Amino acid sequence: MQEEKPIIELKNVTKLFGNKIALDNVSLKVKKGEFITVLGPSGCGKTTLLRLIAGFHAASNGEIWMSGKEITQTPPYMRPVNTVFQNYALFPHLNVYDNIAFGLKLKKMTGKEIEKKLKSALRMVGMTDYEYRDVDSLSGGQQQRVAIARAIVNEPQVLLLDEPLAALDLKMRKDMQLELKDMHKTLGITFVYVTHDQEEALTLSDTIVVMSEGKIQQIGSPTDIYNEPQNSFVADFIGESNILNGMMVHDGLVHFCNADFECVDKGFGKNTQVDVVIRPEDLYIFPVSDVAQLVGVVQSTIFKGVHYEMTVLCDGYEILVQDYHQFGVNTEVGLLVKPFDIQIMKKERICNTFKGKLLDTSHVEFLGCTFECFPVSGIEEGAEVKVEVDFSDIILQDNEEDGMLTGEVNFILYKGDHYHLTIRSDWDEDVFVDTNDIWDDGDRVGISIPPPVVRVIKMTD
Amino acid sequence: MVKKIFAQTYLWLLLLLLYSPIVIIIVYSFTESKVLGNWTGFSLGLYKSLFVNTENHSLIKALINTVTIALFASTVSTVLGSLAAIGLYDMKSRWRKIISMINSIPILNGDIIIGISLFLLFVSLGITQGYITVVLAHITFCTPYVVLCVLPRLKQMNQNTYEAALDLGATPLQALWKVIIPEIRPGMISGFILSLTLSIDDFAVTVFTIGNQGLETLSTYIYADARKGGLTPELRPLTTIIFLMVLVLLVIINFRIKSVKKKD
Amino acid sequence: MNRKFLLYASSRKSWALPYLIFAVIFVVVPLLLIIVYAFTNDGGHLTLENFEKFFKHQEAINTFIFSIGIAILTTLFCILLGYPAAWILSNSKLNRSKTLVILFILPMWVNILVRTLATVALFNFVSIPLGEGALIFGMVYNFIPFMIYPIYNTLQKMDRSYIDAAADLGANPMNVFLKVVLPLSMPGVMSGIMMVFMPTITTFAIAELLTLNNIKLFGTTIQENINNSMWNYGAALSLIMLLLIAATTLFNTKDNNGSNAGGGLW
Repeated sequence: MQEEKPIIELKNVTKLFGNKIALDNVSLKVKKGEFITVLGPSGCGKTTLLRLIAGFHAASNGEIWMSGKEITQTPPYMRPVNTVFQNYALFPHLNVYDNIAFGLKLKKMTGKEIEKKLKSALRMVGMTDYEYRDVDSLSGGQQQRVAIARAIVNEPQVLLLDEPLAALDLKMRKDMQLELKDMHKTLGITFVYVTHDQEEALTLSDTIVVMSEGKIQQIGSPTDIYNEPQNSFVADFIGESNILNGMMVHDGLVHFCNADFECVDKGFGKNTQVDVVIRPEDLYIFPVSDVAQLVGVVQSTIFKGVHYEMTVLCDGYEILVQDYHQFGVNTEVGLLVKPFDIQIMKKERICNTFKGKLLDTSHVEFLGCTFECFPVSGIEEGAEVKVEVDFSDIILQDNEEDGMLTGEVNFILYKGDHYHLTIRSDWDEDVFVDTNDIWDDGDRVGISIPPPVVRVIKMTD
Repeated sequence: MVKKIFAQTYLWLLLLLLYSPIVIIIVYSFTESKVLGNWTGFSLGLYKSLFVNTENHSLIKALINTVTIALFASTVSTVLGSLAAIGLYDMKSRWRKIISMINSIPILNGDIIIGISLFLLFVSLGITQGYITVVLAHITFCTPYVVLCVLPRLKQMNQNTYEAALDLGATPLQALWKVIIPEIRPGMISGFILSLTLSIDDFAVTVFTIGNQGLETLSTYIYADARKGGLTPELRPLTTIIFLMVLVLLVIINFRIKSVKKKD
Repeated sequence: MNRKFLLYASSRKSWALPYLIFAVIFVVVPLLLIIVYAFTNDGGHLTLENFEKFFKHQEAINTFIFSIGIAILTTLFCILLGYPAAWILSNSKLNRSKTLVILFILPMWVNILVRTLATVALFNFVSIPLGEGALIFGMVYNFIPFMIYPIYNTLQKMDRSYIDAAADLGANPMNVFLKVVLPLSMPGVMSGIMMVFMPTITTFAIAELLTLNNIKLFGTTIQENINNSMWNYGAALSLIMLLLIAATTLFNTKDNNGSNAGGGLW
């Protein structure tokens, strides 16, 4: 029944700041009463999403609906939502009482009503004796509680929380997480929670929305997101994982690390390139024996409190394993993974594809530059063409001037034996590169593409 | 120690030099001579004639004009400038730059340019110059300073408080009144007071926009007086009174700031 | 009311609109009018004759150059006299220095014309002749608070540990001043220069009063022309002064705090 009428619905919402895309065609349904968390790295658009729901930004495109009414253009003070801000945003010239009563007084409530609601809100956040304190005299945690009380006292249909715990220390954060969860249960209202902390998201939420680069990557329950990530971004962002290049031989059999594995996934087709995700705790590690699917040598071992984390080098691939038992460095070990613990993902791409223009038989223009290529025949000069370049054929230069064009390392994925980098080129198109060199997020690089690796393909349609 | 005494002596000497003209005015406000520098014995006659003598009604009129023009202009400037600062602070950088630039023009331009440019505006539009044009002119050069006084307060403000107010159901106007203004009030007050002093002290802009309908402010009165050959003697007690009032006001404000700080 | 309008009104950007409109009418348009008048004649025809007149008018050019000279000298004296004062002030205990700073600014509340006339009386008193010397002296009198205040402000905010660090690294007091204090206080000096040079270059009336009409500055030339209904020529002279102001401002652009110091005067 709840399925039928979402309390919040975003329909193809896009938000531009100038010409920068903050949200790219996002659609989302929030069920009444659920605790939904929007999770993603900074700059992924999660706060923008929240601010659109609150009404602080207007969507550039698309619609926002709340309880069956369109509210895309409704100003924030007419929306039945309240926000808890990351920096609390308490009014410094008012004391705790007046801060919390702010919304109620605007609704012209009587002093008695306000008093009653205020008392219960203060009780809920455990700040009963602080009514007349100056907000500046409170600690960060206490200010956060006042901010929450100020929002919930208005009995909103939806409570929006923008990284509310980010400024608190670890211990306080853990306590507040539990309190928020309790509060959600008691109040029975919908919580939309924004965070970059995956652990927080997994602990608190009924539903997690993973975002990156202004797009929703996956929506699902914490267990879904953790066990069945839909793409390598989600797999890498949530928890730790081994992400490897693999080949789906046929339904139920996948090949990676130079070995064949049984798996439960079907429907990828025969001999399809795929990404394989295995969580480190799903790998069994033991002294070499016949049951070992992979044999390798322990490279490093770190004690992590409850378990040990070991890297094992198997036939050139580094694999991360977590286990309660420790195997010393240089020990030869066997590894085993059960079929249902292997998560197969369709590759988002198998090589770089760009739209380009053939200038003459040996020059092609793409990414805003002119590249040499092997002489092409059968295509008219000046025609639009598709250009393909393999990930491993692109060369990155330390010195920006050495490249034909420049860019910035945007996302790094370790694939066991190499790094898969996403480079945001200054032409604003992404270039994907496989490399063994170590780069850091945000490094500026020069990008070179030697002539022989550029494949020019005639546009089919 | 010697260095310190030397430094203090320098400061006080400079202050003495700065104040000597004012001291001369104050001293000579207590004598009845027509010209400064000619002591004809102690007398309160000038004070008496300032308020009683019908001859000096034009001086008192000029004083009243000066004060009311300053109050009007400063009030409008404070409202206009505070709103502008709030809007400016919320703007994208390109617009912000453009408006900041326009805002700094009157500050940099020098009074004479403001005066002449406004004179040309009023003449071109065929507007008779008088009280209203002077007020408008004063608003023109006071508002930029209000903007500059309010902006730093906005920068100190938590950016989300305004949104929090809207979020809690306040309309933009309520949010302005209940959240933003309480926070920027000190900046508004200093902007207002700065505007008052700029307006009262102004001569160059006023002289170009006051027209020839016989309207006078203190500055234009004194200027006309001086060109006729010397100050009206009654200006000496008037200056003395204004100076002492400002002094008292400053002491009170300073005292209040200190006591507020102590309370914190 | 239209909901879209409400959403726009709740973004605070719109609140700058009234001032923007006001500023366009009373700041931008009048400036453009100066340009229009400068390049036209009485009949409203496009012409360069106003500028030709200026370049043929030896007296006006002399006044122009003389005014720049006076302004530069005034500014220089203000720095030489004001910097030590600001330095001493910034070294005193905070409460005391604040009171002293107010004492330095207080004379500005006395009408500038009254102050100027009193200065003339003072010069007569000690029989100083009313020539160039008296003019510069009087200007320095009037404008030195504008120099002291911004320099004091930057020195006050300067982290004193830089001085200790420089001394620790072997700099003698002279070197500490030249290599640390002076460069760090340059923004204050720059805004001081702006706040003294600009008013002195554009001033009128004050010079006449100070020298009993013996010396005329460029501002007075402009004012006389406007008063004599030579609007077009007056506008051309204003435009020349505007260009000088623009040049000075550009020279100072590195310092963004310049205009702020005015706001902090109170």
